Amino acid sequence: MTATAATLAATPRTSRGLWGDALRRLMRNGPALVGLFFIAVFVMGAILAPILSPYDPTVGKLADGYQSPSLAHLMGTDQQGRDEFTRVLYGARISLSVGVVAVLFGLIGGTIVGSIAGGAGGKLDGLLMRFVDVMLAVPGLLLAIVLVSWLGHGELQIMLAVGISYSPMFARLLRGSLLALRESDYVIAARSMGASPVRILVRHMMPNALTPLIVQATLFAATAIIDVAGLGFLGLGPGDPRIAEWGEMLTDASSYLQNYPYLIFFPGAAIVISAIGFNLLGDGLREALDPRLKR
Amino acid sequence: MARFIVRRVIAAVPVLLGLSVLLFIFVRLLPGGPASAILGQHATPQRIADVNEALGLTRPLYVQYFEYIGRLLHGDFGSSYVDGTKVVDVFLLRFPSTIELTMGALFFAIGLGIPLGRIAARHSNGLIDGIVTVISLFGISIPVFVLGYTLAFFFGVQLHWLPTFGLADPTLGVPAVTNFPIIDGALASLQGGTTAPFVDAIAHVILPSIALGSIPLAVVTRITRAAVIEVSNEDYVRTARAKGLTEKRVDNRHIMRNAWLPVTTVIGLEAGALLAGAVLTETVFNINGVGSWVVDSIRNHDYVVVQSLVLIFAVIFMVVNLIVDIGYAFLNPRIRYS
Repeated sequence: MTATAATLAATPRTSRGLWGDALRRLMRNGPALVGLFFIAVFVMGAILAPILSPYDPTVGKLADGYQSPSLAHLMGTDQQGRDEFTRVLYGARISLSVGVVAVLFGLIGGTIVGSIAGGAGGKLDGLLMRFVDVMLAVPGLLLAIVLVSWLGHGELQIMLAVGISYSPMFARLLRGSLLALRESDYVIAARSMGASPVRILVRHMMPNALTPLIVQATLFAATAIIDVAGLGFLGLGPGDPRIAEWGEMLTDASSYLQNYPYLIFFPGAAIVISAIGFNLLGDGLREALDPRLKR
Repeated sequence: MARFIVRRVIAAVPVLLGLSVLLFIFVRLLPGGPASAILGQHATPQRIADVNEALGLTRPLYVQYFEYIGRLLHGDFGSSYVDGTKVVDVFLLRFPSTIELTMGALFFAIGLGIPLGRIAARHSNGLIDGIVTVISLFGISIPVFVLGYTLAFFFGVQLHWLPTFGLADPTLGVPAVTNFPIIDGALASLQGGTTAPFVDAIAHVILPSIALGSIPLAVVTRITRAAVIEVSNEDYVRTARAKGLTEKRVDNRHIMRNAWLPVTTVIGLEAGALLAGAVLTETVFNINGVGSWVVDSIRNHDYVVVQSLVLIFAVIFMVVNLIVDIGYAFLNPRIRYS
């Protein structure tokens, strides 16, 4: 007992800082690694799509249509004779990039609003939070649907619409953390030493309020992939026939459910697996960044 | 309690007013304005001017806004640009289907989620817990429309067990009394002396409810598991066991009564997800509810309907959360809203 205690005391704990420690914990978290693997597979597939597949994702031969999965067409071909595997690969480009950028938009918007509200407090906080309440009153995807119908079709519009619909949740989360931190000892200490409010916010409060935001952003990436596909499914997708998008592929395939169910299965599985990837990674990050939450 | 309800209703007023302003601006700022949204992009300037005049769109904005609010307060949510039907009339016709669908989904989520969460908590970190965790991971990761089509394919197309189109079989000729397909089916069964209409309505709601309920199922399962584990470590649970109560009694009277609290909160939060998910579910299963109406209206550029529906959805969302908070006070006597 004393010997172990002595060894423990003798070997100074090598701290790698918050991020180093978190990374080490993440790398020991099995489910999170599985999530990371799923994401990596889709990212590689999206990047290497032209190398992995000899086919064109948007032009097919009608004569080749409705082929069941085979060695030549791993996931079969769709109604226009386009190779389904190729379309799923190229679809990953849209879903991942649009989903991730949408979350970044939401994160940026939410951080601006949340840090002003939580940092300033008082009347400005009240005003901004009422605005956030108004946006949160419209449930989930409905806000994104209305925004897309207003902004118009296109990838940027979808990123903006989904991003805006997530921003109030980020804003509220950040504001909550900041309000709790305002009364913490080190913030009071910094204030009493004459640090400017902006410096306190940026140097002392934000780094401590950041971890829940990062976890939430990762989990929202999963939701964003599902929501982006949902918009595509409802006919509010990029609307560009030159683009393969998972949600739009599902809408097209829904007419052929009876005879060609694999046309639903493969893009559907792609959405599910990539969403599982981000959900596992998000849960893992939560545990890694806040060890108190360890199950 | 009455004071709490009044205060909550008053607090909702500025939020709804803010939303109405945003929605008002949303319709005004549409590319080309409402008139060209009605007439299509090939409208002549003269026609657009006529429509603007007829709709009163040439008057100052604030006058238009106050008139809009005045009409809302009189229960007039406007009329469709496309077919002239009143939003309120169509809403009353379609809303029962959406209620039935969301209730079915909630029933599925709670009915399965709570037992799953309890089992997982009892065997926490064991094999069963692992299986339940994977199920709930799938639940939150699978989009409503993917699950919907998968269910429709296996149980509808392949096995022919369950219908996948609408909420009732129109060939049965069930008269629309309440517009709730299950209630109408039950009434028709009582009058006709045959169970067919009722069974038909129940069969129709199963697959859409499972598809829509998958996300709430996952959330309810996770929360129940976490709540049960947390409550199980409380002193009063150990005391209850120590004084020799049966495991069943400890479970029901000491653990679940307290574990219900976080579960109730989450159910209220999921109401929004259910409403938004109804948009997708109704599209997959061709249900003539409010959700598919939103999609149709957006496709038809019928923005008055969209504007009113978003506002109505927000009101429903708030009312549900108020009901949940009231229920919360009943479940937890420690909380007294005053």
